[in-house]
Amino acid sequence: MNLEKVDKSRFEPKRPGSQDIAWCPGCGNFGIRNILITALAELGLNPNEVAIISGIGQAAKMPHYIKANGYHTLHGRAIPIATGVKTANPELTVIAEGGDGDMYAEGGNHLLHAIRRNPDITVLIHDNQIYGLTKGQASPTTMKGIKTPTQPWGVFEEPFNVIALAIALDASFVARTFMGYFRESVEIIKKAIEHKGLAIVDIFHPCVSFNKVNTYAWYREHTYWMDDHDSYDREAAFKRAIETDPLPLGVFYINEKPTFEELVPAYKRDKTPLWKREPKVEEIRKILDIKRRL
Amino acid sequence: MVEFREDLSVVLGGAAGQGIQTVEEILTRTLKFSGYNVYANKEYMSRVRGGINTTEIRVSSKRVRAFVKKIDILIPFKRGVLPWVKDRISESTVVIGEKENVEEEFLEKIHFIEVPLTKMALDVGSQLYLNTIAAGIVVGIFRGEFSAVEEYLKERFGSKGENVVQKNIEAAKKGYELGLKLLKEGTVKVEVQRKEKVRDEILLSGAEAVALGALAGGMNFLSFYPMSPSTGVAVFAAQHAEDFEIVVEQVEDEISAINMALGAWYAGARAMVTTSGGGFALMTEALSLAGMAENPIVIHLAQRPGPATGLPTRTMQGDLNLVLHAGHGDFPRIILAPGNIEEAFYMSAEAFNLADRYQVPVIILTDQYLVDTYYNLPELELDKVKVEKHIVEAKPGYRRYELTEDGISPRAIPGYGEDVVVANGNEHDEWGDITEDAELTVRMQEKRAIRKLETIRKNAPLPRLIGGEDAKYIIVAWGSTLHIVEEAIEKLGRDDVALLHFSWLYPLNPEAKKFFEGKTIIAVELNVTGQFAELLRKELGVEVHHRVLKYDGRAFSVEEVLDAINGVVE
Repeated sequence: MNLEKVDKSRFEPKRPGSQDIAWCPGCGNFGIRNILITALAELGLNPNEVAIISGIGQAAKMPHYIKANGYHTLHGRAIPIATGVKTANPELTVIAEGGDGDMYAEGGNHLLHAIRRNPDITVLIHDNQIYGLTKGQASPTTMKGIKTPTQPWGVFEEPFNVIALAIALDASFVARTFMGYFRESVEIIKKAIEHKGLAIVDIFHPCVSFNKVNTYAWYREHTYWMDDHDSYDREAAFKRAIETDPLPLGVFYINEKPTFEELVPAYKRDKTPLWKREPKVEEIRKILDIKRRL
Repeated sequence: MVEFREDLSVVLGGAAGQGIQTVEEILTRTLKFSGYNVYANKEYMSRVRGGINTTEIRVSSKRVRAFVKKIDILIPFKRGVLPWVKDRISESTVVIGEKENVEEEFLEKIHFIEVPLTKMALDVGSQLYLNTIAAGIVVGIFRGEFSAVEEYLKERFGSKGENVVQKNIEAAKKGYELGLKLLKEGTVKVEVQRKEKVRDEILLSGAEAVALGALAGGMNFLSFYPMSPSTGVAVFAAQHAEDFEIVVEQVEDEISAINMALGAWYAGARAMVTTSGGGFALMTEALSLAGMAENPIVIHLAQRPGPATGLPTRTMQGDLNLVLHAGHGDFPRIILAPGNIEEAFYMSAEAFNLADRYQVPVIILTDQYLVDTYYNLPELELDKVKVEKHIVEAKPGYRRYELTEDGISPRAIPGYGEDVVVANGNEHDEWGDITEDAELTVRMQEKRAIRKLETIRKNAPLPRLIGGEDAKYIIVAWGSTLHIVEEAIEKLGRDDVALLHFSWLYPLNPEAKKFFEGKTIIAVELNVTGQFAELLRKELGVEVHHRVLKYDGRAFSVEEVLDAINGVVE
């Protein structure tokens, strides 16, 4: 495919409310938006085939700045909602999107169980290691020692290592990128979307207003690309996952396994999305007949 | 000799794990199959083994659908059963069983028929057969069809091997013959009419009716976290998920359950969650999302006493206020409370049409009493159930939250039509994008909380009046107390007392007010404050004159309601 000629404009929203973007000038979210639109366009998808389900926070405003089906929901709940969407209609490309607070704090339990359930959705976490929308409190990925208005003594909790956690739970696809690397990030997100099963992509991006430590320059200095890594080797993936400085980027782990939608009784014989189905009245008659006997 | 006519209440009591439920199943099914009208309900403790659980089975010449306090025949499987039900024992109660299971002080108050259950069980091979023998005795007393017992035991124990089936049949037969002997000797005399057509009727529980109704209404997605007493609905759905080709998923918590269901509706499925008060409490955040995003959802809530964990396996009508007020901000909802098994079926089906049409949460409020009640019913008319889908295609320029006169915006779903569907839990414009515009906020608030609510309200069905329109006294009941109050009024035998039963609780059609004018109003409710009486005041300005309330975690009995009404009417 000649990537230069891919038309991204079909994902540009023209709704009146989508023109007033709430992100700060210089915010990493702009870059992620561009990466996502590029990835969707390069995969040859159409806006009506994609559903972006977001939680709450600056990252979660994404459905308003892209032309695609979207549901801006509740803090931490994007994953169960996205699971419901994908299960009701497996023909859709479903993306759950949110920040580090959204996905790792409020939504932490759902993330764990989504890994077990393995719906074929892509989970994009905008990880800027701080709470932006609520003005600079620590997030589950804020580094130790960083002082914030609500942790004036400096964060002493261990930061959440989602990569190691996901590999420990034998997740289906685990990757990390930094949005400052455009082409690499597009490729990773394309792989994540194309992957059959739950794909987790932790995306580093700076918060220009509230995180003065993890800047564009910091991410460039403290990360490296895993060029010689076998993503199918779980032990190797885990070793990489616990490296702290520099932090590895790339696809850590791929574990191909059946998805939730493939295993639920609804789709074993019939692939029709649920909205096109009618009740099976004959089955009810059968049950009532049994209830007439013994 | 003891003589029973027309209508008997048989109560079996024992520890959890002693097989009371098996006896309940054998008796309800085989007596129904023998042509008797049956009704069953149980009360049980929140434990896996031990304690005392009881089951009441009414066997009658006429249809019976209500719990009675009286016990005609009692079979205790352990000591402690008689003290547990002492308020329900009278001089005419016959106790069948072993002497060691009957406390000394009761022997003078009852007719005791001693049968060596343990010895008989050991003769068959093990104490395990004791409950099957007891079931056999009762079937024998009613001259039930033994072939039905045999068939049932084959079905029930078939998977455990031929030997288990044969031993159980042998045990049942011993009991059955003893039952016949008691009749022949004249120890007991039973006269209850059988009706040939009852044989072919359907024996269903409230939980099964909710699940079947939902399936008839097109439910194809059920997410839940197990919680008594709502789990029966999920169990039934899961066991039939393959035949119906639906999604049934037990998720990590109630928060996930309802959010998953909301996602499924957004994508066009017909989804339900089943829970109880404590689980619903966790769902209230998502309930607000459903309100704001105008995302349909069907919630089945089987009530049990609260607050908090309350009495996990008992019954109460205590969550009306919860479902009425849950969620932050103003948004409409529909609350249904089926009065019986038939209504549990039809209303659970209709809940999906209502959720789809109005794009609001629809809550089906049952309770432990209703979900655990069984009785025979002639027919469920499947043709009466109509599946109405209210989904439109997303044509170019589609606006999910288009402002309309009746407050209802046409709902498109992702993947159907060229354009996209943007739903939002933040205040939004017509396209679904975030807005903080004051004027638009006002219009959206009014659309949801006033215009849409009014549309639902004026289409709300009226309550059912059972009895004369010119009755002086109106007894108001809602939900599962329907037949208990109905039977009490029947027994009262006065034509100046009528029953007004509500199974559509909210929003109330203002026309319902006409039923109350000039009447003395008595509300019967299974909670401590009279939650529905308060709702009547708030919604219709109706003042209830007397409240008959019960709140010990047990169902109302016909006798209790009768006594209470007697105490109020002149």
